[in-house]
Amino acid sequence: MYTLLGEELNLQITSHFHSSQQKLRSTIVITSRGCRSSKPSSPIFRVDCESVFDLLKLSTVDYQSLGISYHAMSCHVIMKKFLSRKQSEENGVFADMVSSQNESSLLSSEGDSQRTQYPYVTGTSVIGIKYKDGILMAADMGGSYGSTIRYKSVERLKQVGKHSLIGASGEISDFQEILRYLDELILHDNMWDDGNSLGPKEVHNYLTRVMYNRRNKFDPLWNSLVLGGVKNGQKYLGSVSMIGVHFEDDHVATGFGNHLARPILREEWREDLTFEEGVKLLEKCMRNLLYRDRSAVNKLQIAKITEEGLTISEPYSLKTYWNFAAFKNPTVGAEGSW
Amino acid sequence: MFRNQYDTDVTTWSPAGRLFQVEYAMEAVKQGSAAIGLRSKTHAVLACVNKANSELSSHQRKIFKVDDHIGVAIAGLTADGRVLSRYMRSECINYGYTYESPLPIGRLVVQLADKAQVCTQRSWKRPYGVGLLVAGLDESGAHLYYNCPSGNYFEYQAFAIGSRSQAAKTYLERKFENFPDSSRDDLIKDALFAIRETLQGEKLTSSVCTVSVVGVGEAFNILGQKTVQALINEFEISGEEAPATVSAAEEAAGGDAAAADQGGAAAEEEAAPMDI
Repeated sequence: MYTLLGEELNLQITSHFHSSQQKLRSTIVITSRGCRSSKPSSPIFRVDCESVFDLLKLSTVDYQSLGISYHAMSCHVIMKKFLSRKQSEENGVFADMVSSQNESSLLSSEGDSQRTQYPYVTGTSVIGIKYKDGILMAADMGGSYGSTIRYKSVERLKQVGKHSLIGASGEISDFQEILRYLDELILHDNMWDDGNSLGPKEVHNYLTRVMYNRRNKFDPLWNSLVLGGVKNGQKYLGSVSMIGVHFEDDHVATGFGNHLARPILREEWREDLTFEEGVKLLEKCMRNLLYRDRSAVNKLQIAKITEEGLTISEPYSLKTYWNFAAFKNPTVGAEGSW
Repeated sequence: MFRNQYDTDVTTWSPAGRLFQVEYAMEAVKQGSAAIGLRSKTHAVLACVNKANSELSSHQRKIFKVDDHIGVAIAGLTADGRVLSRYMRSECINYGYTYESPLPIGRLVVQLADKAQVCTQRSWKRPYGVGLLVAGLDESGAHLYYNCPSGNYFEYQAFAIGSRSQAAKTYLERKFENFPDSSRDDLIKDALFAIRETLQGEKLTSSVCTVSVVGVGEAFNILGQKTVQALINEFEISGEEAPATVSAAEEAAGGDAAAADQGGAAAEEEAAPMDI
């Protein structure tokens, strides 16, 4: 058993030698270690290849170079690349791989579904809380293009079927895609035309499956979603992230809301909030986000869903206070030209 | 029904507008041993007659659990029934995986019926030779459906299929108005009575029948032999012999009458699927 460890805890190549008659066959099992944990995960690539055995005769230096900075995804790519150039000079192959430190060219050259994505137009936090009669959700109407606040009338809270409400942060175009999926889902649900309908729990789970499956294909929908609703008197509030992490709670938030809004909610949320109290609580959270989150805009909507139905408010603004002494004459104590 | 030149293929219509192969498939259902189902607003019971071929062999399984909230009883070609049960289980599991929620029985029976319909419109397939009594729960309570080889499905308060099911149907027709508000135990009792009708004088013991229940708050389960025997003893002792004697007289009245009955009912059943 040969074990060679990549230097930056990324790759562990284990090889087994079997000798049968004259031919030596080898199996290369490539496992990967996640960047955060040091536990080896299950093998992701098993190769039975004679010329790979030749490769093993190379010096350890080469293996360590192989190990550096390639995580699980690229190791898969490496093996595929390698197999396609089986008979070429081993050294040459490695030199190629090592020198092309540029990850994305390695990845994108495969032409399959391994794709990294970057969000372009993004929405910031969404906050959702359960209250006495149902669910309240708040989101502002900003769509940022990097650090520019490009769009100021983006509706990030939408109805889903009879019983649910969805709010999204993250890439707006992916949110629109999700809305198309949900539209089709609800359409088919209605086409059954029986007494049954999909409730918030079912929609939440459907979205979880969608997000998780996309993440597994390395092609995520770059959103964090909040899904809430009421069905048959049961209130439901849940959240799904772009990697498929999902859970249910009495109050949820996405993005910065997790850091700025949820501590407030943890202190002040109660089971029996009235509608007015709930709105006030949400406004308090949104004001905090407005002060502290640079991608927040002062134009928000609050949505309410109860057994009776759903309403999304007209956009409005929060009053803010800037009359702090420290803001008057802010440069009075500063040195230099700043 | 006699052999004729339009019955070789399932894809051949007769001049009268009938698909004989499909009707023959429904005949196969009548050959199977009896299965009955009944429901109240909150519970549904499935029971069937389980006779082993010989003393040496085990009973044929005719009741299948499809999910916690759905069960099915079959009559006819049990192999076809087994395959369809597997399909139903698969559908339920997939739905549960995507939606974390039980598949509403109304939707499952439609999918099942669509699957059966496919076999009536392909020249390289044959219709499934099994009738399914599907009992389960929905948002609106307990339901009982009957799925035909023709691809039709009907919802019932109570129904019986298989051989000598007419006797059970007669019994159920007398009692069905009470079923919606029946308690779970009364429902089981009625099911056992109905089974006894189909046995025509043979002794009803828990070794010849199987009983299963599903209800709001009760997952689908097949009652154990001992439980069933205890229930049988309970109502036989209480002396409700009247239904038995009446039906015994009916049966004794004539094999012809019964056969004609079956035949008449058969003709009726033939027509019904083609109606829709």
